[in-house]
Amino acid sequence: MSVGYEAWDKARGAEIIAEHAGLEGATLVMLHALQEAFGYVPEPAIPMVAEALNLSRAEVHGVFTFYHDFRKQPAGRHVLKLCRAEACQAAGGDRLAARAEARLGVALGNTTADDRVTLEPIYCLGLCATAPSAMLDGRVVGRLDEARIDALVAEAQR
Amino acid sequence: MTLRIFIARDAGAVAVGADDVALAFEQAAAARGTPLEIVRTGSRGLYWLEPMVELATAQGRVAFGPISPADVPSLLDAMAGSGQHALRLGVTDEIPWLKRQTRLTFARCGVIDPRSVDDYRAHGGYKGLERALTLTSDQILADVTTSGLRGRGGAGFPTGIKWKTVAQASADRKYIVCNADEGDSGTFADRMIMEGDPFVVIEGMTIAGITVGATKGYIYIRSEYPHAVEAMNAAIVAARRAGVLGKRIGGSAHEFDLEVRVGAGAYVCGEETSLLESLEGRRGIVRAKPPLPAHKGLFGRPSVINNVLSFAAIPFILDNGAKAYADFGMGRSRGTMPIQLAGNIKYGGLFETAFGVTLGELVDEIGGGTFTGREVRAVQVGGPLGAYFPRALFDTPFDYEAFAARDGLIGHGGIVVFDDSVDMAKQARFAMEFCAVESCGKCTPCRIGSTRGVETINKIINGERVAENLAVVEDLCNTMKFGSLCALGGFTPYPVMSALKHFREDFGGDLGPAPAHLQAAE
Repeated sequence: MSVGYEAWDKARGAEIIAEHAGLEGATLVMLHALQEAFGYVPEPAIPMVAEALNLSRAEVHGVFTFYHDFRKQPAGRHVLKLCRAEACQAAGGDRLAARAEARLGVALGNTTADDRVTLEPIYCLGLCATAPSAMLDGRVVGRLDEARIDALVAEAQR
Repeated sequence: MTLRIFIARDAGAVAVGADDVALAFEQAAAARGTPLEIVRTGSRGLYWLEPMVELATAQGRVAFGPISPADVPSLLDAMAGSGQHALRLGVTDEIPWLKRQTRLTFARCGVIDPRSVDDYRAHGGYKGLERALTLTSDQILADVTTSGLRGRGGAGFPTGIKWKTVAQASADRKYIVCNADEGDSGTFADRMIMEGDPFVVIEGMTIAGITVGATKGYIYIRSEYPHAVEAMNAAIVAARRAGVLGKRIGGSAHEFDLEVRVGAGAYVCGEETSLLESLEGRRGIVRAKPPLPAHKGLFGRPSVINNVLSFAAIPFILDNGAKAYADFGMGRSRGTMPIQLAGNIKYGGLFETAFGVTLGELVDEIGGGTFTGREVRAVQVGGPLGAYFPRALFDTPFDYEAFAARDGLIGHGGIVVFDDSVDMAKQARFAMEFCAVESCGKCTPCRIGSTRGVETINKIINGERVAENLAVVEDLCNTMKFGSLCALGGFTPYPVMSALKHFREDFGGDLGPAPAHLQAAE
């Protein structure tokens, strides 16, 4: 369970949904807010969003599954995202991604067995002139080399 | 005397340590009792020099860089004393890489405090809106049309025509939508301007609102850009407080307000109709056109949807006149383009210049070649959907039509440089893989074609019936190009076919020369 997130609570979920009910086209806003609070979008929240917006449960489920950002389950304690897009590929990103995978013992898109680190690909952080780049729990890092990727991995494992 | 220094808070600068440098300055100055004011700006876009620190002097701002926290004590000595330091770059505006540019859209980026309306005004901001408030809708439309501005998102559609269509539509309400879903690898100009000069985007959107009669605007920013989201939100609050957003804008009868919405990691939402679906709270599925968003856009209402850079170009045009903008450029590509130099490049960053500069000048002279020091082999222009250009095509001028004539596109102005270690068969496969992952699934050529494309390119890489499979890839590309609903499926063939055409030797086996219809047109 990621640190800093609340445990799922139906009343709290309802409160978050109600906060955004007045917005036009609020589905993504609500899903983002739920994930920000709980670290993922708990399944029981889906029908609650649907009801608040007068949509079918299937429609909200469809939105939830369409977007890469929304999580079905909590991520590891730290999330390390490595940019895998072309500018970072050109700057040696493939090799560094393989190195991070080897150090953590998981492939991109997975969480370590001890739940400490979720390693994810990301397609462009807009840091293409300081490539290769990564993001650790929201902090951006550029000009990665072997030493820097090792340091990032070590920091994520702590 | 208080030292006044400027350090970028731009994500690209922060990623290489700008926050650490700012903190080191604060601590060192406090320890010494040196009065110091730190202004956090956007980036000037000279990323190989970030973190860069600028000092206000009687001669103008003087730059130092790249700085590490360990350099800070000696820098403080230099700033308080002779000004000499090994990392001194001279007066910022005189740095050749910056001096050679024509910064119309990015004039203030890296200069002003992006949280301050006053600073924006002090550097010429809101003059465009002031003038627009004295004009009729038709007069503004005439200016935008005459400027020759074309959509900077990639499609290059004339902005004036788009606005006019919305202005002429009648509806109970209309919307202004800013496409800040800058998903193309190798592009970061939208991010930079939102972080470094957010008011210019707000001003451009406000002018659009009063021109077409819209009172509400949305800025759809990708979730990969948290710094930009924060900067735009802060700027919107500041603009409301200053009376340039909300009711009675600048004391006029006009009303216009803005809201930031955050994407959720879907590349296809950079396509305008998919973006509108997403804003409405649905899956980002592409809409068939017509109806055009100008007629039936957000929530079925007439909507102006433009890229960040298109809106950001508007204040200059309104302030300085359409001709001042149109005087730059070549052919039907008027004005300037903020070009982004990225990937394996020595001098990477934001280079705004008039259309017409050649690809070779950009990569070799301005970009300085690769940072690995190896030979430049391939350059992808225009993001994941853009063609790979070999050195033989480096004489291509940066111009919408010139790139199209060579089976490429300038897109959003990103240039990604690869050295000679690149495997172009792998890059071609990646283009198909990316399309397969990001396809919205609505049309078959994109959804199925991309998956079959990956499989078939794998067969070629493995040496299985190479000639036959190459024919299959070509056929798939043709189907995707002409049968897809939007640019994702429609343009994925550009990187694939250009790799096959110009870098045939990377596809294994003895392929012989490319067939006539694939041979380079130069």
